[in-house]
Amino acid sequence: MKFLRQQLDKIGHLFEKGGKLESQYPLYEAADTFLYTPGQVTKPSGGSHVRDAIDQKRMMITVFLALIPCVVFALYNTGYQANLAHAGGAPLLGGWRTDLMGLLGLGFNPADLVACVVHGLLYFLPVYLVTLIVGGNLEALFAVARKHEITEGFLVSSLLFPLILPPTIPLWQVAIGIAFGIVLGKEVFGGVGMNVLNPALTARAFLFFAYPAQISGDAVWRAVEPTMLADGMSGATWLAKAATDANALTSGAITWMDAFIGVIPGSMGETSALCALIGAFVLIVTGVGSWRTMFGVTVGTLLTATLLNQVGSATNPMFAVPFHWHIVLGGWAFGAVFMATDPVSSAFTDRGKYYYGFGIGVLVVLVRVVNPAYPEGMMLAILFMNMFAPLIDHFIVSANIKRRIARHGA
Amino acid sequence: MLEHYLSLAVKAIFVENMALAFFLGMCSFLAVSKKVETAIGLGAAVTFVLAVCVPLNQLLINGLLKEGALAWISPELATLDLSFLSLLAQIGTIAAVVQVVEMALDRFAPALYNALGVFLPLIAVNCAILGASLFMEQREYNLGEAAVFGLGSGIGWALAIIALAAIREKMRYSNVPPALRGLGITFIVTGLMALGFLAFSGIQL
Repeated sequence: MKFLRQQLDKIGHLFEKGGKLESQYPLYEAADTFLYTPGQVTKPSGGSHVRDAIDQKRMMITVFLALIPCVVFALYNTGYQANLAHAGGAPLLGGWRTDLMGLLGLGFNPADLVACVVHGLLYFLPVYLVTLIVGGNLEALFAVARKHEITEGFLVSSLLFPLILPPTIPLWQVAIGIAFGIVLGKEVFGGVGMNVLNPALTARAFLFFAYPAQISGDAVWRAVEPTMLADGMSGATWLAKAATDANALTSGAITWMDAFIGVIPGSMGETSALCALIGAFVLIVTGVGSWRTMFGVTVGTLLTATLLNQVGSATNPMFAVPFHWHIVLGGWAFGAVFMATDPVSSAFTDRGKYYYGFGIGVLVVLVRVVNPAYPEGMMLAILFMNMFAPLIDHFIVSANIKRRIARHGA
Repeated sequence: MLEHYLSLAVKAIFVENMALAFFLGMCSFLAVSKKVETAIGLGAAVTFVLAVCVPLNQLLINGLLKEGALAWISPELATLDLSFLSLLAQIGTIAAVVQVVEMALDRFAPALYNALGVFLPLIAVNCAILGASLFMEQREYNLGEAAVFGLGSGIGWALAIIALAAIREKMRYSNVPPALRGLGITFIVTGLMALGFLAFSGIQL
């Protein structure tokens, strides 16, 4: 490591002011601070979400670490779901992934941990790599052209994005999606800390509305050919099943514990509420993620779900889905912990975070229950509240100003 | 009956938002969204005008202009069809109501009157208002529905412009590329907001 440090220091002067490669400084800076703890912290002008002495690099790395349980589980579950459906009779997708699995000779046994993780890796890794290469290059391009740093914010966005995609997503869509998210969701505003909407969610929403066939419906959530299996369509999520069949959740085909641990079909990294809970613990203890937001989301979901349970509906079975199922199905847990608490796009004020979270909680249940077009609403609910976060802050701040004027006299 | 009105209101506010689903009333939406306070003022003015104009136009169309609407004067007029005048008549109503609002604001809220400037009389040609009136005519709403639809459309438009104003206030801390500053980035934000509002498309109450 000492050798690397010396090499970096040796070429460092080239990138500093007046050096030959001055314009490439962001690239050097990114490599340097990724490998070593830098001697300086993010300047307060580095983004409007920087509010205390914790450095942006530490903040984003903490989120990255908190995401690791979700990533590990994503690898396992993606492979497990594919192997399970295959064991149940669904043909594999074919293509290089299946060929490679065959070459490795691991088999497709859902009980074999290694076979599941490797199979999952073959689906997750290409998506992640495409995200990193396309997004990273765009980020670097903007950093060089606009002379700002390549921040760890991208590290987080680029990990969040693959986790909220289905395993069968075509790689060219991944590239287009992340390009949209990074450029129009973030870089046109000036980079990390200055955007309005969460870039990873913007990318996901763009794909969702532009290519609905590959990112919604019954056929995409497991990496096998769509087939009718004993427990329904091979690739349907339980939210979609609950929307059409009133007994889906009570029939015993799925237990609450299954859904909590996350061994159900869904977006690659979203299925496990348990892993999201571990992430939540890390984020709350380190103070990086706001417990106020998570609390607001939980209360909003609880109240709305209970209210809709009471209202009831003869035709729509989603009305009867209780609170404890809402929080383990779909992207609720992952969204509440990692997406809603995004420090840039959420409300800034402490009191505002309660309202902001509450709004997400109410909306997610409403979209899931009363909007037949989308079985899942977490992404849309968070995006919608991202839009209103600045307004919430505005009212909280002006109320505060008014109160203080009243207290201290004009 | 109440449910029907409620669902119509939700539809007008969120699902078929005038600004973010139909992109109507864009000129003032983009121009008067720099400050939250002004945006609230314009939003309230537009909401008021919509809530008054749409039911007024409904009465006008169904009481005077539609084929056979004049039968109440004398039976000979039952064959008369004045609906070719409806566009003109609706614009007239809108202009008259805006004039009243303008005079009222000038008298009672001069600060807001000055802040809104030319955009206050321009509400008269705000396409969101004529759009809502024409939707009302096309969908053949009755008086109650027209009132709810007008009010809902106004609230939806006001909500959108106020949210945009708050985002633009926050964006003062952003470092937007020079070529995109001002209207360019506002168009992009409007597009992203429309993406967010798509959460409601498809809702059936």
